[in-house]
Parts: sequence; C-alpha cells; structure tokens
Amino acid sequence: MELQDKVIKLVSEATKMDAANISLNTSFVDDLNLDSLDMVELMMKMEDEFGVEIPEDETENLKSIGDVVTYLKSKSH
Amino acid sequence: MIATYTDLKDKVILVTGAARGIGKNISLALAAQGAHVVFNYRGDEAKAKALKEELEKTGGKATALKFDVTDYEAMTKVIDDFTKNVAPISGLVNNAGISKDTLLLRLKPDEISSIIDTNLKGAMMVTQALSRNFLKAEDVSIVHMSSIVGLMGNPSQAAYAASKAGLIGFSKSVAKELASRNVRSNVICPGFIQTDMTVALNEKAKEEYSKSIPMARFGTPEEVANLTCFLLSRASSYLTGEVIKIDGGLYI
Repeated sequence: MELQDKVIKLVSEATKMDAANISLNTSFVDDLNLDSLDMVELMMKMEDEFGVEIPEDETENLKSIGDVVTYLKSKSH
Repeated sequence: MIATYTDLKDKVILVTGAARGIGKNISLALAAQGAHVVFNYRGDEAKAKALKEELEKTGGKATALKFDVTDYEAMTKVIDDFTKNVAPISGLVNNAGISKDTLLLRLKPDEISSIIDTNLKGAMMVTQALSRNFLKAEDVSIVHMSSIVGLMGNPSQAAYAASKAGLIGFSKSVAKELASRNVRSNVICPGFIQTDMTVALNEKAKEEYSKSIPMARFGTPEEVANLTCFLLSRASSYLTGEVIKIDGGLYI
C-alpha cells in the first residue's frame, strides 16, 4: 500500500470518516473538525504506525493529509 | 486498611515526594492495595532501596526512579523510559513539596522561586511529562496534594500558600482539558496532619492549633492516604476538578 493510502486509512479509522472522502487536500481542522488534543492523539498513532517521532512543534505545521504524507516521506529518506 | 479498591491492584501509580510524611503513607497504603508504586528519589540510593523493599513487603510492586521534579529534562527522560519500556502509568500523586516559613517582608526571591518551582511547577512538569502516556492509558486519575493553607492563607506561608493555591487552578484546567479522554484530576487540601513537619511543633503550639479544629485533633497521614486511594480508584469515577478538604473541620 502506498504511504498516502496508509495515512488515509489510519485517519479514516481514527476519525470514523469514510476514506473515500479523505484526500491529500483534506484539512484536519476545517474538514475533519479535529481539535488540538485530537491532533496530538492522531500524531501519536502516526508515530506508532510509521515508527517515527513527530516533535510537538512540528505538529503545528501539519495541517492537511498532504502535509503529513510529505513529512513522513522526508523522514523515510 | 479500611477500604479495599480492587481496581488499584497492579495499577501503576507515580507518587512524588514519597520519602517521608504524607507521601510515604500514601505509598504504603497503595502498596497495601496491591498497586505498583513508582516513586522518585533525588540522591539517597540506600534510602530508596529501603523504601522499595518496605513497599514490596507491604504488598505491591515498587520501582524507584531517580529524578528531581525541578530538573525537567532529566525527569522527562526517566519517566519516558519507564512508560515506554516498563509499563504505562495510570495514576499520579503530585505530592512533592517544600516549605519555608517566614514573613513576606523577609522572603527572598530565590526562596520564592524554589518553593514555586518544587510545589507548583514541579507538579505541572511531572503531569506534562506524563500527558502523552495518559492519553493512551486507561482510568487515569491524578491527585494533587495541596493544603488547606492554599484555600485560607496563613501568615508566614505566603509563598507556600500561593504554590498550593496554584495547584488548584492547575488541577481544574487539567480536569477540563483531559476529561474527554477519561483522565481525572482532583486536589486534596489537608489541614493539620501529624508529620515530621508538625511533630517539630511544641506541645503548647499543638494544643493551641487543636483548639481551632472542630474535631479537636490533628489528622493522621493514614487518613489522607485513605482519601488518596479513593480518588485514584474507580470508586470516584465521576469525580473530577474537585477540591477536597481533609482537615477535621478546620476551615468551615
């Protein structure tokens, strides 16, 4: 599975939002209505899933699914 | 032990400032409930080992972690290491505290700093260091050891009272912030309790103090420990953001 699809699947499970409605442009706050605590939990799930550490100050820059995918890609090199 | 809370068995609970006084009694009470008591110590390895053995003899498991609540970086590292490699922590007793009784006009800035840093900032930092862990853990309960002085003020204890009052605002904020994740946060405000701090008072002073207490006696550390066990257990599962006085009616 592509990284992008893995991220979407994880977000879909965490937010109970249909994966078909989630794309790279989906915003965590505007489209998924996540609050700051939801975001922390979601990033913790990402960390577990992808075995990376996402520092707290980095989280603020991750506003959309695309941002997360780009960030994870940059970490995997 | 007056009440048994079955859910405290094997619950992993961090108690700061467990070396003596109320903190030690809380640790022993939790050990008697079968909890895994995690306590911090600053330097005395022999004393830490002795407490660990005493707690294990009392019933539960015990782990000694070496950190100072005012050394944030080191403390976070030790706590992270424990929660990731040993077990998640689902109970916290912010009990570490110091006092320096002196008139406000004699209180030095560094004395104020050290009291606030230990009693208030220390509790905030330990709670923060455990926040991520709390989001994953189940049935999390945090108990902050404030003081009746934080509610009613006391001459010569301006900094101590301020730090203890600060804990109340902190606890209520944590209670609101994490309530949706089933994390509870409550405050205990002990009145006069028989501890090293009060044993030092002379008999006459104790008699005078007792006169101001409707129940006409000092409380025991065990009585505070009983309340702490209740707040840590699911017996108090709908109780959060609360401030409970345990003072024999001193401040009514």
